[in-house]
Amino acid sequence: MKGVYLTVVLAPLIGSIIAGLFGRKIGKTGAHGVTIAGVALSFLMSLVAFKHIVIDGAPTFNESVYTWLISDGIRLEIGFLIDRLTALMMVVVTFVSLMVHIYTIGYMKDDPGYQRFFSYISLFTFSMLMLVMANNFLQLFFGWEAVGLVSYLLIGFWYQRESAIYANLKAFLVNRVGDFGFLLGIAAILMYFNSLDYADVFAAAPLLSDVTIQVFPGVEWSLLTVICILLFIGAMGKSAQMPLHVWLPDSMEGPTPISALIHAATMVTAGIFMVARMSPLYELSETALSVVLVIGALTAFLMGLLGIVQNDIKRMVAYSTLSQLGYMTVALGVSAYSAAIFHLMTHAFFKALMFLAAGSVIIAMHHDQDIRNMGGLKKYMPITYWTFLIGALALIGFPGTAGFFSKDAIIEAVHASDLPGSGFAYLAVLLGVFVTALYTFRAFFLVFHGKERMDEHTRTHLRESPLVVTVPLILLAIPSVLVGMVAIGPLLFGEFFADSIYVAAAHDVLARIGEDFTGALGFLFHGMLGMPVLLALAGVATAWYIYLQRPELAGLIKARFELLYRILDRKYGFDDFNEAFFAAGSRGLGRLFWRTGDETVIDGVAVNGTAKGIGWIAARIRQAQTGLLYHYAFAMIIGLLILISFYVLL
Amino acid sequence: MVFEFPNFVPALAEIFVLTMACVVLIVDLFLTERNRVITYLLSQATLLGAAVLTVSLHNNSTELTFSGGFIRDGMGDVLKVFIYLVVAVVFLYSREYLVVRKLFKGEFFVLGLFAVLGMMVMVSGHSLLTIYLGLELLSLSLYAMVAMHRDSMPASEAAMKYFILGAIASGMLLYGMSLIYGATGSLDIGVIADTLRMSPGDDMVLLLGLTFIIVALAFKLGAVPFHMWIPDVYHGAPTPVTLFIGSAPKIAAFAMVMRLLVDGLGPLHVQWQDMLVILAALSIVAGSVIAIAQRNLKRMLAYSTIAHVGFLLLGILAGTENGYAGAMFYVLVYALMTLGAFGMILMLSRAGFEADEIEDFKGLNERSPWFAFVMLILMFSMAGVPPFVGFYAKLAVLQAVIDAGLVWLAVLAVLSAVIGAFYYLRIVKYMYFDKPGDESALQSNFDMRATISANGLLILGLGIYPSGLMALCVTVLR
Repeated sequence: MKGVYLTVVLAPLIGSIIAGLFGRKIGKTGAHGVTIAGVALSFLMSLVAFKHIVIDGAPTFNESVYTWLISDGIRLEIGFLIDRLTALMMVVVTFVSLMVHIYTIGYMKDDPGYQRFFSYISLFTFSMLMLVMANNFLQLFFGWEAVGLVSYLLIGFWYQRESAIYANLKAFLVNRVGDFGFLLGIAAILMYFNSLDYADVFAAAPLLSDVTIQVFPGVEWSLLTVICILLFIGAMGKSAQMPLHVWLPDSMEGPTPISALIHAATMVTAGIFMVARMSPLYELSETALSVVLVIGALTAFLMGLLGIVQNDIKRMVAYSTLSQLGYMTVALGVSAYSAAIFHLMTHAFFKALMFLAAGSVIIAMHHDQDIRNMGGLKKYMPITYWTFLIGALALIGFPGTAGFFSKDAIIEAVHASDLPGSGFAYLAVLLGVFVTALYTFRAFFLVFHGKERMDEHTRTHLRESPLVVTVPLILLAIPSVLVGMVAIGPLLFGEFFADSIYVAAAHDVLARIGEDFTGALGFLFHGMLGMPVLLALAGVATAWYIYLQRPELAGLIKARFELLYRILDRKYGFDDFNEAFFAAGSRGLGRLFWRTGDETVIDGVAVNGTAKGIGWIAARIRQAQTGLLYHYAFAMIIGLLILISFYVLL
Repeated sequence: MVFEFPNFVPALAEIFVLTMACVVLIVDLFLTERNRVITYLLSQATLLGAAVLTVSLHNNSTELTFSGGFIRDGMGDVLKVFIYLVVAVVFLYSREYLVVRKLFKGEFFVLGLFAVLGMMVMVSGHSLLTIYLGLELLSLSLYAMVAMHRDSMPASEAAMKYFILGAIASGMLLYGMSLIYGATGSLDIGVIADTLRMSPGDDMVLLLGLTFIIVALAFKLGAVPFHMWIPDVYHGAPTPVTLFIGSAPKIAAFAMVMRLLVDGLGPLHVQWQDMLVILAALSIVAGSVIAIAQRNLKRMLAYSTIAHVGFLLLGILAGTENGYAGAMFYVLVYALMTLGAFGMILMLSRAGFEADEIEDFKGLNERSPWFAFVMLILMFSMAGVPPFVGFYAKLAVLQAVIDAGLVWLAVLAVLSAVIGAFYYLRIVKYMYFDKPGDESALQSNFDMRATISANGLLILGLGIYPSGLMALCVTVLR
């Protein structure tokens, strides 16, 4: 099986290298041919692995394939840990990636950076696979950084745009903050566990649960809490949890396929995956779990509210991604790791679907993304309309769709939890459901129904997107509907993750729900009458009333709740604060070091000052060389006298 | 006093050079201008013959003759061979320059040969008198050589200064020698050393004598504050004479220091070490710093010489066998580098154009990439950049100083070397990054080109493989 796993990882990498280095030679067809072939092979091999591990029930594969170096007894290796969690992630990543590759043929058709784009997304697929298949923290970190790098490259793909450069720099910097915590966490693990291998660390973790360390003098903290929170800071950066979420909306500057692949389906879920993978560590620290829970709840609710005021269709979807990532984080916080991964999977499908559908709309609108300029697109783009609707229904958790099962499970799990903060989290996720439905269908109605607000030129050119665009939409719509019903039983309440995820008995909320679980249909009927579904329907109804029935209401509400609107419009001031405090502060600090430290002290005094000083001294001393003979003779006599008086007379 | 018939064999090379110098002097009288090249060839033949004699007489034993006033030993033989070599190259580099300026006269070569004889006597002198005799023979020849270009004001001025200051230094040397003679009762280096070893050396007369001798040696080497003559003489003298003064006599001066201070006054090491520390520190710092302010390449090289002398003193003052070997290595390498540097000036010069301003090297790379590269080797080596041999020379003496426990002095020396690197690299910068002011191709004859290339490559080769020469220095000083 080692060969299969290596193929999964290396096929996209080889495709990326060929498309990247020889893109000009092989042309557009060659570039998308080779990368799609690589990713398709990778997808097929992932299916083989999935069948091997999940269906045939093969034991977990945990082997290193290459030893980079051994230093002081610590082995730095490349290795694969393939269990059910990994196998599931591999399938999701390669499937969405394959869809995005195909879709890109249509979306990027006329872009001069066509080959470069394919090289990047294949490289991303490689990096993400390295991340999820890692069996040690070093490789995890490698994948973590590599996906960050590719994300940076892709957000700034249109590098002539000022805003794209701003956005990719912002994404990179915010992720550095998270990575800093992540790296500290890994360092702490290396320091106390003396190994970077998952298996070693997880085995040794219970023994170290009582160890405390002093981070600040006089304050004793549990070692595992510190490690878990540090690792979670990394996850906050990558999975865009408050307050490190600010980069994700701006990342929509990248081409839409990227938004679908990286900033919705896969990379942003790396943090969720990582925490689930580290469940044996998190289960040992309730403090860390509470932190995770509260951060997730805040993100889920507050970011959803922001979705309501967005006018850019992609930004609306981006805020919804933030909110949904918050739901996953909440699930992690209440130890419902399986629910988090379940939601991750369903979200990957329906969010990729929504992004690609939004992209289809954007193509038709000639790259105008403002929903105020759309309306009535239903009759021009039926396939896009229906697939978008499926995505939207899944997103709001309409009964029967994939999103319903996963989100309802999370809400139930939070309800069942008694961790500190779970009461607040329950309220947040419940209200979040209403908000989600409101902003999703606000956008849906504004785009596809109502008056046609675009200009005449655009209207005459409106038409359904080509097959390369619509086929991935349809292919993604299928799992968006079905995967929930199929997967809920084994994933949440079965033994699927028994080997991959460890949940302490006291935290096992899913087991408590599972006692009443009779099957997907039972869950469905039970949920139909529950609060979440009612709230979702209320949200849809509100959106329908405000934006279709009484369009003038929106303006009235906006005027009435001026202050609230402004707060939302300023995105709670996170960006302004970062800009004013961190960005301006660092620039000020940099300027201080530059002007005072570098220019004045180092360049001015130390370097040029020394040189000038010596030059000055040289110019002075050379005056002693007067050219007058008696001065020379005098100098000799003085020298003689000094030597005599120092060494003979004294 | 019983007159004992001396053994002439150890001094055969000296006798040969003396005879040949006289022969050249006579022969030259009968030559017309056109045939002057015979003088040149005879001089080169003399040096070659002396080298053959010295090498064939070489053995590892030490021989004394002329009642103990003359010594032939391994160190002396090696130094003499290097003196022949260096002077031969000086003659070769100078020929074209002298011909073009109508200075190609027999005097230059005859005086040069007498200077060589003086140096040989200095190297082999084993009594205060012999050493003094050799020194005076050398000095008088040099004074005359500086003044050879009679119509040149700067040359005459330089000769005058050199002569007067040299006379003062010679006077001090004689005075110091007389005090030593008074204190020990002998002129023989070996006897002086034995006497000093018997009695403790805190005698005031001895110390005074030592101080005077050191001042005289410092003058001959050009150590601060007895260095004042060097820039003026280097600058004023015709370039071939500067080349002559700057190269071989330093080797002889090193030998004189070894004979007087180490062989003779070695028991007073503690006393003279302190004085040399002061001289070395001042020389290194002043030489490195003042050179920065120079625009004339000959003056710059004069200050660079002063700094190099400081480094040379580092090896000697350490007072260990490794230190002496390092100093000997340094002086030989220094002579080779000086040859190359002045050789480049000579090669670039033409009728009416001296090429001794630093700016004259601007854009040399465009005019002649190969010779720009040779100059680069020389400058890097002088600055002490590995892998050129100048680095190993500095390394050897610095190691000796550190072993002697004078770390601060080593640090000072290294810092000064960094400052010194500036003006060497400035020339490299001029050669490679500036536009030439003069686009004409280099004109010089084949032997000049070949020798200067070999000179540069030798610096590079010795840098890559320094252990052979180093081993030689260590062996002969044991």
